[in-house]
Amino acid sequence: MKFIDEYRDSDRARNILKKIEDTVTKPWTIMEICGGQTHSIVRNGIDQLLPDGVRLIHGPGCPVCVTPLDILDRALSIVSKPGVILASFGDMLRVPGSRETLSVAKSGGADVRVVFSPLEALNIARENPQHEVFFLAIGFETTAPGNAMAIKQAARENLRNFSELVSQFMVPPAMRAILSSEKNMIQGFLAAGHVCTVTGYEEYERIGEEFHVPIVPTGFEPVDILSGILRVIEMLESGRSGVHNEYGRVVSREGNPVAKKVVDEVFHVADGHWRGIGVIPQSGLQLRDEFAPFDTQKKFNVADIQPDESPLCRSGDVLRGMITPERCEAFGKECTPLKPLGAPMVSAEGACAAYYKYHGKVL
Amino acid sequence: MSIELQCPVPHFNHETIQMAHGAGGVLSRELTRKVFLPCFGNSSLDTLDDQAKLSIGAGKIAFTTDTFVVSPIFFPGGTIGDLAVSGTVNDLAVGGAIPLYLSAGFVLEEGFPLTDLQKVVSSMADAADKAGVQIVTGDTKVVEKGQCDGIFINTSGIGVIKNGIDISCTNLKPGDSIIVSGTLGDHGMAVMAARKGLSFQSDIISDTRSLSALISEILDEVPEVHAMRDPTRGGLAATLNELAEASRKGIVLDESTLPVRPDVQGASELLGIDPLNVANEGKVVVAVPRESAEKVLRVMQRHAYPSAGDAAIIGEVVDEHPGMVIVRTFLGSKRILEMPLGEQLPRIC
Repeated sequence: MKFIDEYRDSDRARNILKKIEDTVTKPWTIMEICGGQTHSIVRNGIDQLLPDGVRLIHGPGCPVCVTPLDILDRALSIVSKPGVILASFGDMLRVPGSRETLSVAKSGGADVRVVFSPLEALNIARENPQHEVFFLAIGFETTAPGNAMAIKQAARENLRNFSELVSQFMVPPAMRAILSSEKNMIQGFLAAGHVCTVTGYEEYERIGEEFHVPIVPTGFEPVDILSGILRVIEMLESGRSGVHNEYGRVVSREGNPVAKKVVDEVFHVADGHWRGIGVIPQSGLQLRDEFAPFDTQKKFNVADIQPDESPLCRSGDVLRGMITPERCEAFGKECTPLKPLGAPMVSAEGACAAYYKYHGKVL
Repeated sequence: MSIELQCPVPHFNHETIQMAHGAGGVLSRELTRKVFLPCFGNSSLDTLDDQAKLSIGAGKIAFTTDTFVVSPIFFPGGTIGDLAVSGTVNDLAVGGAIPLYLSAGFVLEEGFPLTDLQKVVSSMADAADKAGVQIVTGDTKVVEKGQCDGIFINTSGIGVIKNGIDISCTNLKPGDSIIVSGTLGDHGMAVMAARKGLSFQSDIISDTRSLSALISEILDEVPEVHAMRDPTRGGLAATLNELAEASRKGIVLDESTLPVRPDVQGASELLGIDPLNVANEGKVVVAVPRESAEKVLRVMQRHAYPSAGDAAIIGEVVDEHPGMVIVRTFLGSKRILEMPLGEQLPRIC
């Protein structure tokens, strides 16, 4: 497959590994922002192959992991009402709410449907005019355009039985928060390729300059990730900061203007509450007032949501890069994919699930 | 009035049945171990093979049953009917049995079109003909609208096991080669692509077919086969984990040898699914002493579908890390191939 096979080529990957070994002269700590990159790193055992001093820290870029517990509890409360259908990406079904998961609610009779896009949720609303259909609109800059499009389409059709329970986040404010922390140990970033496809990397240039760190947008195949790591190390070793784009086949400096425009039309920037991390100023997106009829939170006034996080779960420390998953005392004991305490053990992009699935236990 | 349970009362993380309990992964295994085995356990059932091997008189027969609830019931490359026949035939054949007779039980929903039933039953007859088995008894029940999804089919089957054949998932030996008869994930991905709401174009067709002729030839040429399984629900990952666990041996796979069609690989990545967790309905995994591996491969290549090059030796059985499956990645690193947790998507097979 063109654009795939050449990025899984073992000779090419080994050559880059050799270059990394030849380039490194001192220890470096690099964060990969995106959960998809985390899975690729662990699935391909890239972390096992890097020279000893090079440490990869997993970042907060898993959309399921950072969706706050109160959003999930709200969704569970709303879908328990008669005549309501919840459409959600499959990943959310096993995420533990304070008392139960969407999957358990579904088995108890709640109308929870797995969809692959928000436009599919719109279809459910069209086909079920007697029902209220709400979509769990989670994610980063990658899902925001699709979620915004669905709202615009619903408004165009005056589809008043459709709404979105929005929990959208943006990556750059989280990077700033990590770099501003007194405990920060991150020296360079692999930026999330798909996010940059939408946003471009102008904002990352400002972050790189302000905090004097190298930032390298990169893809998800082994060769992409190794090339990104090599480029970050080269920049670190030579004292350079700023952005070098290693995902040029899909990422441009200006990003996707059409996608950015629809996001701006539908959402406005607001403070964002990240599960496990807390509030990061100006890191979230909320529906603009003119789309209030399509805002699930406004349509269903759900009071008395008091989320109850497990005190054992250290997913916040994992998401901020303070610890790797196996250093959480509950990892593999009280917390497993079958009985997760926190979202990073559930999501396909969660760092804890990646560690557990691929090498957390024995390797 | 209280009812006293006679068998051990299980402790569950889940108090109700979830879709994942039927998906062939960790939760399916938990259900079997915690509910069925404590009440039904006996020497035939406890092996957790795909079939029971029963001594009757001087000979041995194999007996198995399976229920098919696939949605949609017509998918590229097959129907719920030929799946119901092939699935049960294959469960007998992987125990080393020659499949002979099947039963067919139908649960039909009020309002189900008779023309669809006719199509399903015709496909069953064709599949039975090709597999050399007869459907000799059956049953039909109709339930009210909304109580089942159109049609559910249960098939049970009986076959005979030749003297000298001893195949079981508990039989893996260090040094065995692991061989798979063709590309992985075709059935599950074909069904997913045909599901309502999943709108990607694909030419992927199910591999649903009877394995009895292939397995019969393998056993004629290599009677020393140790274990065989058809990697259905849960895919190759579930099958190999079950074999490793039942035999208390380790399995090491070589990632670069795993046969996956590029379109299946692409669709899997689009959906965020590992093709090794996706169901197959016309493939067999064989564990055989290393020195016989090439011979098995040659037989598979004679039967391989759609191309002879798809069958492959994919790994070996080792003494280390008993009960676990390890993948050697294309970069030379290692990762665990876990038992899938549960459903990839509801009702793949």
